[in-house]
Amino acid sequence: MIARIPNQKAWFMVLPVIILVGFNAVIPLMTVVNYSVQETFGNNVFFWEGLRWYEQILHSERFHASMTRQIMFTSIILLIEIPLGIGIALTMPRKGLGATLCLVLMSLPLLIPWNVVGAMWNIFALPEIGFLGHVVNSMGIDYNFTQQPISAWVTIIAMDVWHWTSLVVLLSYAGLSAIPEAFYHAAQIDTATKWQIFRYIQLPKMKHVLTIAILLRFMDSFMIYTEPFVLTGGGPGNSTTFLSIDLVKIALGQFDLGPAAAMSLIYFLIVLLLCWVFYTLMMRNEAR
Amino acid sequence: MAEVRLQHIRHSYNANAGEKTEYALQKIDMVWEDGGAYALLGPSGCGKSTLLNIVSGLLHPTEGNVLFNNEDVTSTTTDQRNIAQIFQFPVVYDTMSVHDNLAFPLRNRKMGHAEIEHRVNTVAEMLDLTELLDQRASGLSADGKQKISLGRGLVRSDVNIMMFDEPLTVIDPHLKWQLRTKLKQLHRQVGFTMVYVTHDQIEALTFAEKVAVMFEGEVVQFGTPEELFLKPNHTFVGHFIGSPGMNFLPCELDSGFPVFAGNQIKLAAPITKLNSYKKIELGVRPEFVKLDTKGFPVNITRIDDVGRYRIVKAECSGHNFNVYVPEDIEIPSENLRLSFDPLYTHVYCDGWLHDERKSA
Repeated sequence: MIARIPNQKAWFMVLPVIILVGFNAVIPLMTVVNYSVQETFGNNVFFWEGLRWYEQILHSERFHASMTRQIMFTSIILLIEIPLGIGIALTMPRKGLGATLCLVLMSLPLLIPWNVVGAMWNIFALPEIGFLGHVVNSMGIDYNFTQQPISAWVTIIAMDVWHWTSLVVLLSYAGLSAIPEAFYHAAQIDTATKWQIFRYIQLPKMKHVLTIAILLRFMDSFMIYTEPFVLTGGGPGNSTTFLSIDLVKIALGQFDLGPAAAMSLIYFLIVLLLCWVFYTLMMRNEAR
Repeated sequence: MAEVRLQHIRHSYNANAGEKTEYALQKIDMVWEDGGAYALLGPSGCGKSTLLNIVSGLLHPTEGNVLFNNEDVTSTTTDQRNIAQIFQFPVVYDTMSVHDNLAFPLRNRKMGHAEIEHRVNTVAEMLDLTELLDQRASGLSADGKQKISLGRGLVRSDVNIMMFDEPLTVIDPHLKWQLRTKLKQLHRQVGFTMVYVTHDQIEALTFAEKVAVMFEGEVVQFGTPEELFLKPNHTFVGHFIGSPGMNFLPCELDSGFPVFAGNQIKLAAPITKLNSYKKIELGVRPEFVKLDTKGFPVNITRIDDVGRYRIVKAECSGHNFNVYVPEDIEIPSENLRLSFDPLYTHVYCDGWLHDERKSA
């Protein structure tokens, strides 16, 4: 037997990580937890409130409304961006100058800062002076995203599709490029149709990258703030007030730190839970 | 099932090839008889995969024709040729069950349900996959997946030719033997024309009835494993087949017999007709070199014991060669002399075997 020498020095090696995580994750999060169970009127005076803010948020119609809008928005953009992204990736050339050109074009929207995207689309879609707004209106369609909820929704969705479909395209393209030629050759020998090649070869081989694409798009769109804030500011009315916009209104507009903190935590847990559900569902068959 | 005839196949990946070196395949003429088992053997880059792709229809040869049962199929596509191919890496449809994988090519050909079930079950039986039929194909090990891709060819009873492109590359060594034996057995059972592409001489020699050894885009010899061993047509075949390969010694000719380092070497028959040549060599396999008191003297540089026999590395006037010595024969420590078996000692001119009958 080799005698065990007790040596705990290795813990010092992980100390920097613990400090780093502590300062940028645990401490801020605990501050939020702290706020979420207390009431404060400034001057560092706190009153214990228990779970009152949580109850208030969970029963508030305002929270339900922005949650509904959020879920609708995320569902719509996922339903558009994922199939569209796969479709574009399938039609892109595999090699040569065309492939490089397509990849560069596809990456461009991803390189633009989010608030710039919001500002661009704001100007682009303005009914009188914006190119899009002008063209749509001159076609006889009544379109004004600053006044009509439907126009505002369409504009925000179009903006998000424009900004983020590229991400799905690039990930799908990477997945497609990794499929060896032999699979296509075998499919040809088995006289498979184009649809069968997609269904039984390409889609299964893209599964992992698509899982990542869906998770990223889900998280990002569920937490979207900058672009709609710049484009519509949550309006007209509350029609495009998504969860994070609502949260900022409560925290910084009304300075209700307690409810805002409680809402933050609920929001965080929902994102975490949904990501876990997605991931588990997509990876369900992997273990076998 | 078909007889496959390759007529004057030449191929270059460069559209305007002029130089001989620009051709991946120089000039291939070969006939694969219906129901035969063949192998294409050669190092990487010798053109064997190019040839395979031409037969399968992925590539259109620059020159020449491919005939299936005397019907020209050169310009038809892969799916029209009715072939089967097993690739280096197992190709299976991951999301389907093993059963559906095997049924897939038949369903696409609109075969009746009962017939499909019958064939799938028969093939699953042949490949020992019966118990795995309901499992997802992605869960199987590499050899299981390779069996599925083999099975997708076997279910179709009308396959013209079945091609294997280094199919055992990703299989664990202890399963290679098993799968190789299985292939041989399957060939006897189904009687398809089969072609096996590999760089592994053991795989080629155990599988095939006739092996085409390829080197730099040419078939340097197309013969039975025995012919390749006893009478290599080219120095490359001598080198490539056998371990260690054939010994080649530079020599001169004197009154019809080769002379190596001052020693005249006996042949089965003297050489009388010889065209002009640049280089002449003597070739003899280590198996046909004997310790002999009447032979020529050599120095031993090393002895490797490989079990049933020993490989003696000998040296004579600056040239090294290998000798097989069986376990029961004692190797003298001094004054070692060797002789070559005249029946299996050959003369090579510029790399090619000298043949009295063919020479002018």
